[in-house]
Amino acid sequence: MYKIESKNVNLHYGSFHALKGINMAIEKNTVTALIGPSGCGKSTFLRLFNRMNDLIDGVKIEGECLIDGKDIYSKSIKIDDLRKRVGMVFQKPNPFPKSVFENVAYGLRVNGITHKNFIEERVEVCLKQAALWDEVKDKLKKSAMALSGGQQQRLCIARALAIEPSVLLMDEPASALDPISTAKIEELIYDLKNLYTIIIVTHNMQQAGRVSDSTAFFYLGELVEFDSTKKIFTNPTDVRTQNYITGRFG
Amino acid sequence: MRLLLVLVKPLPLTVIKKILNKTIEGVLMLSSTITTLTVLLIVLFLFKEGVSVFKESPLDGDNVIVLNNQNDVNHLSAADIKKIFDQETTNWKLVGGANDSILLFTFNDLSNYFSEEELGPEFEYLPHKMDSLIEANPGMIAVFSKKYLDKNHKSKVATIDNISPKTFLLGKEWFPTANPAVQLGVLPLILGTLYVSIVAILIALPIGLATAIYIAEVAHPKIRAIYKPVIELLAGIPSVVYGFFGLIVIVPLIQKIFDLPVGESGLAGAIVLAIMALPTIITVTEDALRNTPRAMKEASLALGATQWQTIYKVVIPYSASGISAAAILGIGRAIGETMAVLMVTGNAAVMPHSLLEPLRTIPATIAAELGEAPANGIHYKALFGLGCILFIITMVINIWVETISKRRVNR
Ligand SMILES: Nc1ncnc2c1ncn2[C@@H]1O[C@H](COP(=O)(O)OP(=O)(O)OP(=O)(O)O)[C@@H](O)[C@H]1O
Ligand SMILES: [Mg+2]
Repeated sequence: MYKIESKNVNLHYGSFHALKGINMAIEKNTVTALIGPSGCGKSTFLRLFNRMNDLIDGVKIEGECLIDGKDIYSKSIKIDDLRKRVGMVFQKPNPFPKSVFENVAYGLRVNGITHKNFIEERVEVCLKQAALWDEVKDKLKKSAMALSGGQQQRLCIARALAIEPSVLLMDEPASALDPISTAKIEELIYDLKNLYTIIIVTHNMQQAGRVSDSTAFFYLGELVEFDSTKKIFTNPTDVRTQNYITGRFG
Repeated sequence: MRLLLVLVKPLPLTVIKKILNKTIEGVLMLSSTITTLTVLLIVLFLFKEGVSVFKESPLDGDNVIVLNNQNDVNHLSAADIKKIFDQETTNWKLVGGANDSILLFTFNDLSNYFSEEELGPEFEYLPHKMDSLIEANPGMIAVFSKKYLDKNHKSKVATIDNISPKTFLLGKEWFPTANPAVQLGVLPLILGTLYVSIVAILIALPIGLATAIYIAEVAHPKIRAIYKPVIELLAGIPSVVYGFFGLIVIVPLIQKIFDLPVGESGLAGAIVLAIMALPTIITVTEDALRNTPRAMKEASLALGATQWQTIYKVVIPYSASGISAAAILGIGRAIGETMAVLMVTGNAAVMPHSLLEPLRTIPATIAAELGEAPANGIHYKALFGLGCILFIITMVINIWVETISKRRVNR
């Protein structure tokens, strides 16, 4: 069984057809990169899986989105339970204006966990996983807003890991970061693969090549090609994919 | 020759731009300075007039209080004088004198003691007669104009305290036109103001917050599109209209529910004020809530927080300063509101014991009495003093709310 599946998904923002009949199936514990020119629907597709699009007025979604074989848009699914299983890291770092510690603890607290030692342990583990522990261990009580952009983004990753989701959605997590922070996050993604199924949106072809097992190329709301990363980058089937990865348009 | 040419050259564009910028800068600075100065001047003027009440004697006009020379009492307070002339105090020992009953004399009693012939056609014999009369009656206290005081009087003039900050602030009686000594205790008015405003804000803040949350976060956009303009419209209704509403709906309702002789009461004032403060509180709070960045809310929801958890843990803390601004504006409106309160609180300047009794607020007092207080008289100055107190109360509350919300944000 696939971990994540989308079956003939169509999404409309009002009258705008943003996703056109997307079919995709993703294996457990793999990293999938979504690439494509700006506005082609990568973020929209990513946000399907934690139902973030539901927040937008006038969105219409057809087709089936499955996680572990269950339709996440069925009436029997509670959205906040789903979101606990499907973590998300946003394009821009968006820590809460709270302390570093409280940022990571947030997901635990809203889950009703109050056990102090458990929370402390979890915060430390997640900050270590996100390769941030050494930099912030002395300022856990300080405001997260005082961290650098790269540190904030790793904090947001730690925050997403705290509730132990099984799927991690990352929307251009390194787009605002310097090469060192980017390298740290890529390493992190590589490490996390054993525990999570990861979908990552990126504009950086090298990055997609480095971190992902399979790659999906989107164009104008369509899924043009979806295959192993190696195949996409060496021998794409579609000419549009070829043009995009060689930088001829987009 | 070359030098001259340089001088004649037209001003370059950058110089013109620079001058223009400087002018705009100057105009902006000037207008902000003028605004600030005006505010300062108003405050200064208010306090100058208000503080001058403390140089005044509570005695009406140029009257004097005259006692028998043998009387142990030399000194009386305004409150003593009022009690004596109201015949509540009838024995000198109650004001620190000997055990002797008090004999009142005012000019109304003049004909009981003297005939017109005795006083002379121009009252020229009156000073002497008065002096002898008082000297003949050891327990007598007389009040009359200074000009009828005999040049070499044997009777003695009692000294009277000027209005002191203590009697002004802590005095419990407000009779600014009492005769012969005015009573300027503003405590009932301060308490009336505080009671009504605090209760009003206690009613308005939770309701306002709840409504704002509903409109900003929960309501369907179509419902919001109806609610928001209606609430904003409410803010523009003149306060007299709220006063009428209070008088016709709330006052009778309170009278019926609590089975009171009159429905005009502190509670009626508080409810009307709460209704009046609501639109401001709702609009300002709602704007603050909606200013929470979408990214913050999405971050919270993406971690599996429910909508309510997100509102409680992210949206409200994020808008704390906006919410406290709403509270300040609401309190400001409540404390400063005059007309509506005047109409529904029953206007009794007495110490408020419960919210179900009539009471009176500072602004209502100023509005009701300023017209009949002679300019620069003691009553007039006392009303300015009330204005100062109102100003101080509002400022203290503003600073207080500000520090609370700062602490919250820093946490
Ligand atoms: N809230 C919205 N309302 C209406 N249209 C939207 C909304 N969000 C996105 N769209 C439209 O849907 C299309 C896909 O948007 P999406 O954000 O998924 O693109 P993307 O591939 O992530 O682009 P980028 O690489 O720039 O992030 C775009 O044309 C965009 O204009
Ligand atoms: Mg995007």
